[in-house]
Amino acid sequence: MTRGLIAVGVLIVLGLLKLPVERDLATLHRQEHFRGVEFNLDLREKLGQLGFIAALSGFRAIVADALFIQAHAAWENTQWGRMLWLFRQITTLQPRVLLFWDTAAWHMAWNASVAAMNDTNQPRHALRVKAQREYFALGKDFLERGIKNNPDRPELYEALARLYKEKYKDHERAAEYYAKAATLPESAPWDRRFSAYELSYCEDRERDAYERLRSLYDEGEKERLPTLIKRLKFLEDKLEIPQDQRIPDTLLKR
Amino acid sequence: MTDGETASTLQPFNASTIPERHRVFSVSRILTITGNTLTELTRLKVFYVLLVFGLLLIGSSIFMAQFSFQQEFQILKDVSLGAISMFTSLLAIVATARMLPRDIEDRTVYTILAKPVPRFEYVVGKIAGVLLLLAISTLVMVAAFLAVLYMREQAVLQATAKQMASMPPDQLADALRTVRASAFNADLVPGIIIIFLKACLLTALTLFVSTFATSTIFTIVVMVFIYFIGHLEATAREYWLTAHGGGLVTRVFLAIVALLFPDLQAFNLVDDIVAGTAISMAVFTKTALLGIFYTVIYTLLAVFVFYGKEL
Repeated sequence: MTRGLIAVGVLIVLGLLKLPVERDLATLHRQEHFRGVEFNLDLREKLGQLGFIAALSGFRAIVADALFIQAHAAWENTQWGRMLWLFRQITTLQPRVLLFWDTAAWHMAWNASVAAMNDTNQPRHALRVKAQREYFALGKDFLERGIKNNPDRPELYEALARLYKEKYKDHERAAEYYAKAATLPESAPWDRRFSAYELSYCEDRERDAYERLRSLYDEGEKERLPTLIKRLKFLEDKLEIPQDQRIPDTLLKR
Repeated sequence: MTDGETASTLQPFNASTIPERHRVFSVSRILTITGNTLTELTRLKVFYVLLVFGLLLIGSSIFMAQFSFQQEFQILKDVSLGAISMFTSLLAIVATARMLPRDIEDRTVYTILAKPVPRFEYVVGKIAGVLLLLAISTLVMVAAFLAVLYMREQAVLQATAKQMASMPPDQLADALRTVRASAFNADLVPGIIIIFLKACLLTALTLFVSTFATSTIFTIVVMVFIYFIGHLEATAREYWLTAHGGGLVTRVFLAIVALLFPDLQAFNLVDDIVAGTAISMAVFTKTALLGIFYTVIYTLLAVFVFYGKEL
């Protein structure tokens, strides 16, 4: 009994010594993007009891995968509401897995939005458009939260740029997100180019777009791709660039 | 006594007849106990049941729903490493919890301690046996995981090469490189070592609990609670140290949790490693040192309590 009490006393003293060490380690883990999930009541509400217990026991990756498979089954049955609910749980459990954010956004902004637009049960076109816009917004929300959790990875910036380009037809925002992706390590080589392409579609940004495309063109053969030349030619005409400063017309025919 | 009598009664000096002096600490004694503990544990059915379940789960990950190759590798790695983590933790608790009570029940402990074997060596030998068993089972499961991953990687590489046969060689090479990068990642190795260290910590903690517990079931139940509380320790610690609200009882409770329990969340790095987060040397070293620190401290405390235990 006495030895047991002494052992507990030693544990308390060591506990006082280990506290700063554990806190420093936790801070280091967070700095290096570990421990992305905070256990609190908000998480408990989002996950449900079973998910919360599983996450507590250190098996959140397996739980997230099981939910992901369920979401896949829900997609096959076009249960969009259930998919949204499942993907919210999945991304809460595994905020560092880009694939989950990207897939969730793709399902919402591409698949669910198209299904909403083609919904034969809804005769009013205005309501179908409204539902479609809501799914776009859900996709955007997934990507924005994904970026917030993974600001160091370019893939979700690229996905958000695609969403702005293809769904909102907002080329300026698309250019902005491609440009952000291009500044990050491990970004795709085409991010800078795509940013300039998108900017070339924006009213009043032609000069900026022209300068960026021209600078890419001047980098050499590798960047002189058909779309770049086409957009550059278009801007040269629009901005009335002097003939001696233009790129050769022969390039357009390649 | 005459000179003749002395010569007949005294034996000539022979060094080999003097009994070897008892050594306070003997590695060979510890190794003997370790070997016996390992043999005992490998004869347990529960060990094979847990190992087979672990291997089945790892093997089944290959048959899980096939999405794109990235998703498939993600799920395969998550499930396999989750299985390794789950079964090493379970094995650490179950194998250790029954060790001391069984030795007392079988009276093995009396036979050992009746010999000049210090209790320290007995406890260290016992824990070393469990750690060896954990190392073996972790290696077996990791080998199964790597085999499954390699098989899937080869299958996906072949499928990709077939699908992209008509593409330019640089694009094909890029695609194959992406597949390889998605499959095995060198950062998984430190992640697996951290899983093993977490199991070592749980072993030492279970041994400590079992030194004052009255039965195997009691130790296992206490350890299950500790396991969950340990995963909440970081939350309790931060709330205790930073939040100023809450009543006295709450704050005392949080302080007890923060001081007495290990932070088990610190050892759950592998989920984020699979997700693509790179583990730095500083993170790995500090986490590993924390695991070793806990293992040593709990072992020493177990020895201390065991010295006072009436057998």
